[in-house]
Amino acid sequence: MTATIEVTNLVKSYGALRAVDGVSCEVRAGEVFSFLGPNGAGKTTTVEILEGLRRRTGGEVRVLGLDPWSQIDRLRTRIGVIPQDFHFFPKLTPREAVRLYARLFAVKADVDELLARVELLDKADDHYDTLSGGQHQKVGVALALVNDPELCFLDEPTTGLDPRARRSLWEVIRRLRREGRTVFLTTHYLDEAQQLSDRISIINQGRIIATGSPDEIIARYGRPERLKIVGDPSLADRLASLGYRVERLNDGVEVELLSKADALRILESTAASGLGWTGFSTRTDTLEDVFIQMVGRLEDGSLPTGTASGAKP
Amino acid sequence: MNLRRVAAYFPAYARGYVRNPLGLFFALIFPVILILIFGAVFSNSGSSEVPLAVQDLDHNSAASVAFLQALNGTNAVSVSMVSPTAGNLSAYLSSHDLSAGLVIPAGFSADLANHTPVRLLVFTNPSSGSEAGIVEGAVQGVANGENLRLAGGSAVVTPVYLNVGSTTYTYIDYLVPGLIGLSVLVSPMFSMVNVSSTWKRDKLFRQLSLTPLSRAEWLTATILWYILLAFLSTILMLAIGRFLFGAHVSLTLLTLPFIVVGPILFVSLGLLAGTVSSSPESAGVLGNIITFPMMFLSGTFFPVSLFPSWLVPVAHVLPLYYVIDGLSNAMLFNSPSAVYTDLIVVLVLAVAFFVFATRAFSWRED
Repeated sequence: MTATIEVTNLVKSYGALRAVDGVSCEVRAGEVFSFLGPNGAGKTTTVEILEGLRRRTGGEVRVLGLDPWSQIDRLRTRIGVIPQDFHFFPKLTPREAVRLYARLFAVKADVDELLARVELLDKADDHYDTLSGGQHQKVGVALALVNDPELCFLDEPTTGLDPRARRSLWEVIRRLRREGRTVFLTTHYLDEAQQLSDRISIINQGRIIATGSPDEIIARYGRPERLKIVGDPSLADRLASLGYRVERLNDGVEVELLSKADALRILESTAASGLGWTGFSTRTDTLEDVFIQMVGRLEDGSLPTGTASGAKP
Repeated sequence: MNLRRVAAYFPAYARGYVRNPLGLFFALIFPVILILIFGAVFSNSGSSEVPLAVQDLDHNSAASVAFLQALNGTNAVSVSMVSPTAGNLSAYLSSHDLSAGLVIPAGFSADLANHTPVRLLVFTNPSSGSEAGIVEGAVQGVANGENLRLAGGSAVVTPVYLNVGSTTYTYIDYLVPGLIGLSVLVSPMFSMVNVSSTWKRDKLFRQLSLTPLSRAEWLTATILWYILLAFLSTILMLAIGRFLFGAHVSLTLLTLPFIVVGPILFVSLGLLAGTVSSSPESAGVLGNIITFPMMFLSGTFFPVSLFPSWLVPVAHVLPLYYVIDGLSNAMLFNSPSAVYTDLIVVLVLAVAFFVFATRAFSWRED
């Protein structure tokens, strides 16, 4: 697979502050790649450097084989960008906006088709300032697609949207992938990254702390699958005495499973103990659990950033 | 510079502008309101006839009618009749807010025929001195003529009145170029200060930088729009000035450079003010600090020649002064040599501000 974006040791400094502190990553053609991180982690700064909107302080960046700052004129026609807090001219309609972009890019665009695919056809002739937040984002998507880009950047596209508008935008992103476009997404919503991405880099304080598919990241950094038994809290002591790693809960106990077969043995021991129990369930870490644990361990210093960033599959 | 992109962006900017009523108000309606108000208030003084209320107690006798026709014929006063039954004319004048009146006594016709001395009562208001003088002069002149005719003489010395210069200029003649200058200033300044600061805040310049439109193309399209507005405003001011107030201004060839270069100057200045400001609020304040002194001190509403001498140097450092002076020279006096000096100053300032503005103004961030 060819790399669409290659970033090596990217640095962006503002005075003494290193907003981006040695980021390296690679985005492959045709995948949805996400930058996941809390606010202020350096996501937007990195993306804006890739889009050619900001100049980098150090490191190497290649987007579609071009330097995004010095070769922006050649890059611009091949990428589509929905920036963070997208705004447009308040008194233009979506139809006029798309027409304007088509004429500026000197491309023939099927305006109705473009507006239909972002579900804006019924609002095509309303002024931008009368549209809702979700509809604003859709105008942004339509504009980003006017030049039929091979690579799309979406910088926190669903921030501030209601759940329905978010899901509707997710559909648009899935469709971009089906059409064979590469998508670079930033988000601070973990479910969004998990649902949409082929691969994710978790970024915090300007550094990448983990990279891989959502499953790989969970497998590598998450805790083992756990069995939860609802019942007598003294079950915890009994199971601990048998050598299992347990966690006491108010309404029962949670036991780490080292293998699937452990679950059967634990349930047998529970039944044999004569202690009361009413139900059980198993649980694996979500990306969110992993993310919160990782950021927490970074902050208390128990996870050095250097070791985690080598997590390419 | 790609003209196709300029042409693509121009209508988008124009639409956004036209759909915002405030912009159009300042560009076209505001100057029209000003010319109507200032034209109506100032163009009547001194030039038109003073209304004179006449009470004819001789009941339209041949002599009184002839006397009043002669008075009307002076073009200094316009006679309006008050009924002889209206009572005391002095009371009538004050209750009807009139400042001049004349009473022709009963038996006027018979007294003239008998060469009996007649007293005409003339009421004037000393507080409006020039009108009082006009009325007194007119009545005196007609009465003298009558005396001469009755004495059987003929006029020997007759003055002939001529104006100095080829045309007399009235206030409206100065007002038209002044208000064209005002609209060349106000609409680009107010809009560009607003555009450059709020578009920066709303990241609209970042949005445009994602397209192939360049800053130079953007600025060209924007300036073209304000040149178009300046033309429309010029036509409006000329039409209203000429047809409503009889101004002596005309659209000479030398008017055109100011309508093109003026908007370049003030679009650049507004862009510069908005760009160096940190927020739309501070941009608005800076814009007003630049705009308001220019609005009043550049000869917009009154010619700078009427300013007190200490204020004249202030006018001479304001860019708009040279636009208005040039427009007056071009539209009123049609004196090319004076126009060229103004044009050179405006051109140099426009180029300087254009260069400063494009230097300071950036779409991408470092």
